[in-house]
Amino acid sequence: MSKFEFPPSILSRPIWGQLEPRPGTYHLMIADAEGAEAILDVATPELMAQCHIIHIPKGTDFAARLSKLNPAQLYEGPSYEAALPRIRRVLGDGHMGLQIYLAGTEGLMGQAMAEAMRAGIPHSAIQTEHRGSTGRRMQCVHCKGITEDVETDPFVCSHCGLNLFVRDHYSRRIAAYQAVCVDAEDHGNIPEQKGIYQ
Amino acid sequence: MTIQFNDESFRDDYSFHNSERALKRFPFPFHEDSYMYSVNMEQHRGGPADSVYEMRFDVDEHYVSEMKDRAIVLDQDPLRCQSLPHMTLAGWDLLELIMVSKSEDYPDLFELHRDGDHWRWINRPLGIDDSFTFLDETTLPYGPMEYITRQAQGDFAVLDQRDDMLWMDAGMVTTQADWSLDFDIGMNFFEWHAPVPKAHEMGIFVRALKFLLNIQQGAPARRLNWTMTVNPLLDTSPENYHKWGIQKTTLTPENIGRKQHLRVELQTFYRLPRSNALVFPIRCYLCAFEDLTAVPKWGRRLHRVVRDLPVELATYKGFIDNRPLMLDYLSQFDDGLPTSSGIWPDRESEPPLQK
Repeated sequence: MSKFEFPPSILSRPIWGQLEPRPGTYHLMIADAEGAEAILDVATPELMAQCHIIHIPKGTDFAARLSKLNPAQLYEGPSYEAALPRIRRVLGDGHMGLQIYLAGTEGLMGQAMAEAMRAGIPHSAIQTEHRGSTGRRMQCVHCKGITEDVETDPFVCSHCGLNLFVRDHYSRRIAAYQAVCVDAEDHGNIPEQKGIYQ
Repeated sequence: MTIQFNDESFRDDYSFHNSERALKRFPFPFHEDSYMYSVNMEQHRGGPADSVYEMRFDVDEHYVSEMKDRAIVLDQDPLRCQSLPHMTLAGWDLLELIMVSKSEDYPDLFELHRDGDHWRWINRPLGIDDSFTFLDETTLPYGPMEYITRQAQGDFAVLDQRDDMLWMDAGMVTTQADWSLDFDIGMNFFEWHAPVPKAHEMGIFVRALKFLLNIQQGAPARRLNWTMTVNPLLDTSPENYHKWGIQKTTLTPENIGRKQHLRVELQTFYRLPRSNALVFPIRCYLCAFEDLTAVPKWGRRLHRVVRDLPVELATYKGFIDNRPLMLDYLSQFDDGLPTSSGIWPDRESEPPLQK
């Protein structure tokens, strides 16, 4: 088990839940890394008979255990980007009664949720459960570039190189937190880096 | 009264200035000697002659230069104007509202001729004379919201209303107090206000939302909001904060009167007829401390408000580091005399500075 208790925050910050089986005609489960544990926890033979699991291992090894659940379809992708065309196809084919389960890092859940919203599914109808890394997907407000899996505050934008601080303000559409220049009022004065939740 | 449009800049050499007339009509936002959040809404049904409340969409001496500044911002960053696909009808509603209001309120500056769906719009200050078909996007050089808000001062947030909630689904945002439309677009009322300290706990946003959801066609509302800006910079965007942030450190006792500006937003709220969307114009007025303090009542009051503002708010509004410098300057204009209630300058009845 690798569950993390997020501290209370502002109202734009997403609150992740805990997966539970819901009645549906088809179940799409998307997870990365330890998110697989949440799938293992929620799986029932009834769910799995109509289930499509998409897992991005990120160096973890859950393939055998997921396979043993005997889902209708199981796909392991090398990265979220590689899995995306498949996710879009499945969402595009979705009918009434499709249930969506997202588990793993905030970056994975956020991106898959944005994709499901683009397919017309309200965010409130999507189940989520955080597992694994607490790294954040950050958008630089200046250059708009995304830096994935940010664990420290401040950090360096992987696109424009500015030193950025980590905000809790979150956009579901972009699936990222906002990052803002940390030394704009005192060039070169970069506070010491620490963990986001330190 | 004819308006003389200033030729001025809101960047680089900052030649922006307020005339005596502009100072007289400046919307000073403090009705008493202290400030705390409130749902300070009132009906937007005109106001004293030549005040910023008089017309539905105030046009003042800064109009032409502000529109040039907006065009510069949009050239540099087109993401400042966005509209989600379902908001096009609301854009037409807004275009109609502004064209009808301006042509009725300022007939010497704007004309609207309508023959069914065939419309002709004349904007004299900007030299525009366009004919187009209402509700046909292909007949305008931009989408309807962008077209008309390139010709109207202030930012515009266009809010969709569904599920008893307001959603920031379109906007033109180039004169903002440090928030990003590109980041906030698609958020609901509570989400885009999430970073504001204190007000959520005070229940401000719950009450404000309830009020706004019930705004009816033909019954617009308004309120004032404020912050501080060093230099008359309209585009205090997060996008460009790494460029303008450093300007906050350039204040000195010698230049503060000229450089430090009170930034006031006249926020109005209109229900739109076809889309049932709500448009939220956020009009920015800037005034240098040295001009404000020339009005005795405002000088006294500004000192007291800045002095007594809770640290959290001064931090959120971005002037906590400059507050001591501001207070040194402003204290010269506070002789301790009482002030009359309300926002108006009351120049005839308020005593001159006694020190």
